[in-house]
Amino acid sequence: MLTALIAWPALAALLLLLVPTRWAKHVALAASLAEFAIALPLWWTFVPAGGMQFQLDVPWIPAWGIRYAVGVDGISLFLVLLTTFLVPLSVLGSYSYITTRERGFYALMLLLTAGMLGVFVSLDLFLFYVMWEVMLIPMYFIIGVWGGENRLYAAIKFFVYTFFGSLLMLVAILALVYLTAQRTGVISFSYAYLMTNPGALGPVAFWLFGAFFLAFAIKVPMFPFHTWLPDAHVEAPTAGSVLLAGILLKMGTYGFLRFAVPFFPQVALHPAVQTAIVVLALVGIIYGGLVAMVQPDFKKLIAYSSVAHLGFVMLGIWALTLQSVQGALLVMINHGISTGALFFLAGMLYERRHSRMIAAFGGIARVVPLLAAVLTLVSLSSIGLPATNGFVGEFLILLGAFRTYPVAATIAAGGVIVAAMYLLPALQRVIYNPLDKPENERLPDLTPRELAVLLPLVACIVWIGVYPKPILRRTEPAALQFIQSVRASAAAMTAGR
Amino acid sequence: MNLDLSSYADLMTALAPELVLTAAGLGVLLLVAWRHRTVADLRAAGAATLAGLGAAAVTTWWLWWNGAHAVGIPAMIAADDFRFVSDWLLLGTAALTVLVSFHYLEREHLLAPEYYVLVLFATLGMMLMAGGEDLIVVFLGLELMSVCVYVLAGINRHSAPAAEAALKYFLLGAFASGFLLYGIALVYGATATTNLTLIGVQIRTLSLQSNAMLLIGLGLLLVGFGFKVAAVPFHMWAPDVYDGSPTPVTGYMATAVKAAAFAALFRVLGEAFGSVPAWQHVVWWLAIATMVGGNLIALAQRTVKRMLAYSSIAHAGYLLVAVATGTSLGAAAFLFYLVAYTLMTLAAFALHVLIDDLAGLAQQRPWLAFALAICMLSLLGFPVTAGFIGKWYILVAATAAHEPALATVLVLTSVVSAGYYLPVIMAMYMKPEPFAQAHVGMQLGRLGGAVVALSVAGLLFFGVRPNRLLDLARTSAAALMPPPAAAPGVAAPGPTIPGH
Repeated sequence: MLTALIAWPALAALLLLLVPTRWAKHVALAASLAEFAIALPLWWTFVPAGGMQFQLDVPWIPAWGIRYAVGVDGISLFLVLLTTFLVPLSVLGSYSYITTRERGFYALMLLLTAGMLGVFVSLDLFLFYVMWEVMLIPMYFIIGVWGGENRLYAAIKFFVYTFFGSLLMLVAILALVYLTAQRTGVISFSYAYLMTNPGALGPVAFWLFGAFFLAFAIKVPMFPFHTWLPDAHVEAPTAGSVLLAGILLKMGTYGFLRFAVPFFPQVALHPAVQTAIVVLALVGIIYGGLVAMVQPDFKKLIAYSSVAHLGFVMLGIWALTLQSVQGALLVMINHGISTGALFFLAGMLYERRHSRMIAAFGGIARVVPLLAAVLTLVSLSSIGLPATNGFVGEFLILLGAFRTYPVAATIAAGGVIVAAMYLLPALQRVIYNPLDKPENERLPDLTPRELAVLLPLVACIVWIGVYPKPILRRTEPAALQFIQSVRASAAAMTAGR
Repeated sequence: MNLDLSSYADLMTALAPELVLTAAGLGVLLLVAWRHRTVADLRAAGAATLAGLGAAAVTTWWLWWNGAHAVGIPAMIAADDFRFVSDWLLLGTAALTVLVSFHYLEREHLLAPEYYVLVLFATLGMMLMAGGEDLIVVFLGLELMSVCVYVLAGINRHSAPAAEAALKYFLLGAFASGFLLYGIALVYGATATTNLTLIGVQIRTLSLQSNAMLLIGLGLLLVGFGFKVAAVPFHMWAPDVYDGSPTPVTGYMATAVKAAAFAALFRVLGEAFGSVPAWQHVVWWLAIATMVGGNLIALAQRTVKRMLAYSSIAHAGYLLVAVATGTSLGAAAFLFYLVAYTLMTLAAFALHVLIDDLAGLAQQRPWLAFALAICMLSLLGFPVTAGFIGKWYILVAATAAHEPALATVLVLTSVVSAGYYLPVIMAMYMKPEPFAQAHVGMQLGRLGGAVVALSVAGLLFFGVRPNRLLDLARTSAAALMPPPAAAPGVAAPGPTIPGH
């Protein structure tokens, strides 16, 4: 089942190269909807308390102990669903945006889907690394070929940053496996094996954690490693931005939850490391918000707001309470939905005015009431207004984090206010204020296709905001298990030392 | 099949591939002496060359299939899997080069059928290097190879850069040979033998590990080999020579010449100097310098050919990491990487034969652009290509040999290499054509196209299913080096071969 999720888009990407160009987008939409249909049953068949599920484990390169192992648990389930949910919308949202080399674009989108899903379901470190790199290439092309004026620079910056982090992670994976093998005598890249045989790594663990941290922190992106993000987001075409923000950034936080923290709990819970990461998360929240405040470019504003949102996620993970970890998982989903919707809206505005500048708009609520209404709702959800999804996630994080880091949680709560300070004025300048530019007087409102893109997202925003229980119920056992295993093994290792 | 190399018949059997290749070389030489006037003659010579290479490969396969190995007193030539696998690689590289050359020679009006003879004899020299069990045989092989390649570099007599390249290569190559020969003399002075196995025995029994004469000889040997593999700081000749030579010859130099020199280096260090730890430090520094130097200078290149030249220096650095580990795992990684490296470099040079300006290639020639993109990604070491598996294997070897610094430098310089491989992809896919129909007239030729398609298919195949090639590399490497002490569980070393 999970294998079909990876194989189908890859296969569809090849098929896409054979169909005539004018059908490409329809075929891609059908393929991605089929992908969603394959993934959707997971929602019902998933057993919340069942741990790792839908597993498949076959040898791949036996000489090195490398296996093809996949599975999902409460942490990855929603990332898989979110991915398959966002891809058809991105394809539909690109219908009028992408006008050149359509076949290539949609084939790359599907290939990217395969890579992203591969990252979330891999249970073998080698497979994980391969998938982690594989999704890099389609995104590089999507930014570099279909992006804005400065696309070459943005594409190579995105590539080199990620590649740098991931190669260091590769060395760390190797070292981890070999250090484990030195004690147990078995070389295995299997996630389960490495988790059940935690190594007495000693000080090496700090270096290994550092390498993993760098790879994931660049991807998240955490504060000093975030500089690739605004460039990539701004230059990427709409669908690229949506998937970049919606899914790719989650790979970093997912990596922390799945690999970096469980493998090296004694490092992750080391007081100095804890302090450093919490401080970086806070800096991300506040700094991201403050920088977003002064952006004249709407897409850049959303990009910096991502830095702030992901700061919350990092805080939630490191606070290590049930609420905060569940909140982190929820914010990961919410950010995919809300920021995805914001990027769609920015793209729609751009298609109408060919400008991303906030100053180019003003007063358009009278011209395009529907678009303005959706934009308002989505912005409010991004700020975290109660009864939208954003509120539930951030509230849970703050609630949980307050027990571990009261001061940090207080500062982070200020970040919510900052979010209102950058999004509301921008909203006002775009859709309210006087309608003083003649170009804006004849903008067309949302077309049915655009509504079809936005409505599912809006529905999710309201649904999660009002009734998040179905999601929380499914993530709770996994979050609990994460916390317990990290705490227990950290305690055991500290005692053993 | 046990071969007692002191008996004449068995020695001839062990040398069968070389003998077949010699016969083929002489045959083609006679052929071109008679017929060297028309394009048809050129093609005939090429076809005969391919047949000769094929016959030698079959002979090698026959020896390998029968499990030929040497018994009895150490002889001048080795008979082990490492030699056979290296021979295949060298013969395959030569065959691919010949296939690419068909079209190139005709296009450049190089009516010089002796080109093929030189390729055959150069390959013969390389096989002697890879199989030489005696420093003298290694040296003879190296000279045979070098002389042929000097001529190949300058085969286009109407091109001034080619003449410059040939002369430069000759002068510096002569220098390198001098170093090598002097090194051999000093090693002989210290151990009273030139046989690799016996040198190893002498060093152990006489405790010569810190003998000054031996160490100086070893150092000079490393300098000589360093020249041939273009390791920093002995790389100065490489970019100019690679740039000036005809492109198929450049591809041949960057792959086969390097592979042969590395194979000989492995054998010499592993069999003769296995118990002298000093060389590992030297090779360690050579590897670091070559990786850093090659990658950084490649960043500054403006033409694809020079970029590929420096990139091949960088890849020599990665291979030196495998050498520096000094384990059979390293030797296996080396063999695997060499296969991947040969495929991607040959394909890249074959494509470069016809691509002058890459901008906007993808719109007009999507398949060519795709092939070159795969080569670049493989050179970069990107997953799903053989280049990644090869790099991974070297990393595994370095980690298992407790060389985290080498592994880290390897990956960091790989990141740097993204800075010059990616612009090629960017130019092809993300820049507009310089003018309409810019890429219409290019013809790779049917054979050249087949070579590229085969290489790219190989790169992708070995990137996903490397298992068989890994096994082959492992069993062959086990013949050469002691199994790693600090790598538990990494698949048991292959069957050890008696006589070593």
